[in-house]
Amino acid sequence: MNRDEAYNFAYLDENTKRMIRRALLKAVAIPGHQVPFGAREMPLPYGWGTGGIQVTAAVLGPKDVLKVIDQGADDTTNAVSIRRFFNRVAGVETTTHTADATIIQTRHRIPEARLTEAQIIVYQVPMPEPLFRLEPRLAETKRMHALADYGLMHVKLYEDIARHGHIATSYSYPVMVDGRYLMSPSPIPAFDNPKMDRMPALQLFGAGREKRIYAVPPYTDVRSLDFEDHPFRPHRANACCELCGSRTSYLDEVVTDDRGGRMFVCSDTDYCETRQEDQRAENAKGAAA
Amino acid sequence: MRPGFTDPVQDGQSCFRAVLEALSRPGRIQTVASGLTPPAALAPATAAVLLTLVDAETPLHHDAGEEADAWLRFHCGCPMAAAGDAAFVLSMGQPPAFASLCHGTDEEPERGATLIIQVKALEEGRGWRLRGPGIEHEHRLHVEGLPEGFLADRASRRGLFPRGVDVVLCAEDRLAALPRTTLAEEG
Amino acid sequence: MAYVAVKGGERAIGNAHAWLAETRRGDAAVPELEVAQIGQQLGLAVDRVMAEGSCYDRDLAALAIKQSKGDLIEAAFLLRAYRTTLPRFGYAEPLDTAAMLIRRRVSATYKDLPGGQVLGPTFDYTHRLLDFALAAAGEAPLPAPEAEAEDAVAPRVTELLSREGLMRREEDASEEPADLTRQPLSFPAARATRLQNLARGDEGFLLGLGYSTQRGYGNAHPFVGEIRQGSVSVFLMPPELGFEIEIGEIDVTECQMVNQFKGSRTEPPQFTRGYGLVLGHGERKAMSMALVDRALMADELGEDRTAPAQDEEFVLLHSDNVEATGFVEHLKLPHYVDFQSELEVVRLMRATVAANAEPEQVEP
Repeated sequence: MNRDEAYNFAYLDENTKRMIRRALLKAVAIPGHQVPFGAREMPLPYGWGTGGIQVTAAVLGPKDVLKVIDQGADDTTNAVSIRRFFNRVAGVETTTHTADATIIQTRHRIPEARLTEAQIIVYQVPMPEPLFRLEPRLAETKRMHALADYGLMHVKLYEDIARHGHIATSYSYPVMVDGRYLMSPSPIPAFDNPKMDRMPALQLFGAGREKRIYAVPPYTDVRSLDFEDHPFRPHRANACCELCGSRTSYLDEVVTDDRGGRMFVCSDTDYCETRQEDQRAENAKGAAA
Repeated sequence: MRPGFTDPVQDGQSCFRAVLEALSRPGRIQTVASGLTPPAALAPATAAVLLTLVDAETPLHHDAGEEADAWLRFHCGCPMAAAGDAAFVLSMGQPPAFASLCHGTDEEPERGATLIIQVKALEEGRGWRLRGPGIEHEHRLHVEGLPEGFLADRASRRGLFPRGVDVVLCAEDRLAALPRTTLAEEG
Repeated sequence: MAYVAVKGGERAIGNAHAWLAETRRGDAAVPELEVAQIGQQLGLAVDRVMAEGSCYDRDLAALAIKQSKGDLIEAAFLLRAYRTTLPRFGYAEPLDTAAMLIRRRVSATYKDLPGGQVLGPTFDYTHRLLDFALAAAGEAPLPAPEAEAEDAVAPRVTELLSREGLMRREEDASEEPADLTRQPLSFPAARATRLQNLARGDEGFLLGLGYSTQRGYGNAHPFVGEIRQGSVSVFLMPPELGFEIEIGEIDVTECQMVNQFKGSRTEPPQFTRGYGLVLGHGERKAMSMALVDRALMADELGEDRTAPAQDEEFVLLHSDNVEATGFVEHLKLPHYVDFQSELEVVRLMRATVAANAEPEQVEP
């Protein structure tokens, strides 16, 4: 693939990459801690993945194979747009197959397939501060993280239970990292939270507008906040995928008419297609036998 | 003056990935193929790490001698600083006491220094027993060329977490790292 | 209806871009707008884009306006994204606005003053009646009458007050100001950082906040000490030379608002200033900025911080329209995964409510 030579490799200048790389290394050394960084203005809008893009640009090399997903799908417009950007400015190979990727940039999902030690997953993060709905002031939340003072979040979750009988948070469900830092997992559904726990792959998080980077090293404890009498329970639609029949994957609900008709399909398009291919191969084998 | 990276963009990227991998998987040894011929005092891996991470924004402290000093000033453009004020501290094997280095603050622990130590040899599979984030069960790392008491001095800082100092060990074209979260015991 | 997973994002994007280009050009029978025309005839739009794009280049700003179909926030964004890719040669010396070549200068606090009142090219006393003569492409207007340029020095009004000891002296911050485009904001922010932020902040946001300080949200009693607009020289001191060299001239608008300050235990009653400086001609923005700057000094002056305009985090983190528009508009990106998780939880909570309600229904 030909890269646009008008820009430095992966768009960012080398000083900026060095600054981001230093922030990434400290983020890995202090799991779950938000490291401020001098986020640059990117040619894509803030809120559309500029943090993830800057992290990917600082990490990416010519030997990498990049996968970009949004809502679990490779073909959503923003995923396409970001993939095109890296194609143009870095000329790297891209893929839709989770297993073939060395770097996966994602918005709102973790792939269903278990990630490996040879992979890095980069999350696009709109609001890195897990406490922002409870305390919008950065000076105050910074102090709370310094003191590991997370009582406010426990009170909030407990009030949910008292009022609704359940914790009412269904995405961006807060996690404790290595028993020390409260962290936003980015707006992934709570269903994906358990995948973060002791994941073999390195997890990097970039928030461009808020100018924060954080990380979870491989094999690190990531625990979703809960209570003994109200353990964390991830939810998915109680249905199976119409296309591949999966009963364990996270499903998108698709409205099919205006009379209440609906169907469910896998949100992870690569997972779903791989299963369908496997099934077709299996059937063909069966027919041949 | 000896040259720096032949291709600063690609060499910097591949060295960064080695350091990122090293800090993500403490005790696992990474190889840096930089093709560097740095001043005699510096191993290729040490030189590559410095070229990759240090610049005008990061004060450096080192004990690598005059030739290395001129080389680092020229290629990194970094200001030199006392050990306690440096973002990066380079030691040729006799590192300053941890207590004398910047540990950051509880609010900004990322300001803690990165200590780069050039050692004689690194070997996996024996030596220190490492546990903590980045390690599935246990990693073993044997380091040749560190003063006695290094691990004990490092361990004495553990109560300060999240404040702390992160260590990168370099030997020839290889490196390994001990982020502040790693629990290390003599093997 | 058979379900087909949405495909063809790539093609949809390509087609959307082609359509956008077509609508940008509009009816091909109408002559295409030239960048120079925008620069000359939509000068205030160009000024605003340069200020909020924080890049002083009239031609690029005009190009950005053309490319963005006149969406000035989009144009500022284009200019910012371009600006970040430029190498840095160095940092200019502070501008000396006292040495400004003045095109307009008014003070509301004195009837007359050294250097005089200079009305300049302003809308101020125009009657806002649509000028239909402009709709019919007419002749260029006759040149405005010109006076001999006066050599008189025009000292800044705040300086006149300072000499009398009535104006609080600004402390000369010996520290190099932080560079907002390289380092993230942290709080409390130094005044230099706040001013940088406001100077590239959104005009509408600052206007609303400034207005609120006049309506009792914050303790403001402002007078326009002075507004001046004109060109100033930009100097650079290359370390290898050791002396200043002039690298060019830029147009700026400066506003100094004078506010009464009742004094504190350590300081006698005096006036304080709110400061506004904007690239190009941006009087409304410079005035709003000065009001907000003054409001943000509440902590330094020991005043109660009660109003939105006095709240540093609130103001500085929401002033940037490139950040704000990105995040507001990102809501139109797909969020169906999150929405699905909300659906499941709401259904679950409704089921819980229904289950709890049932026993009551069966009771006699």
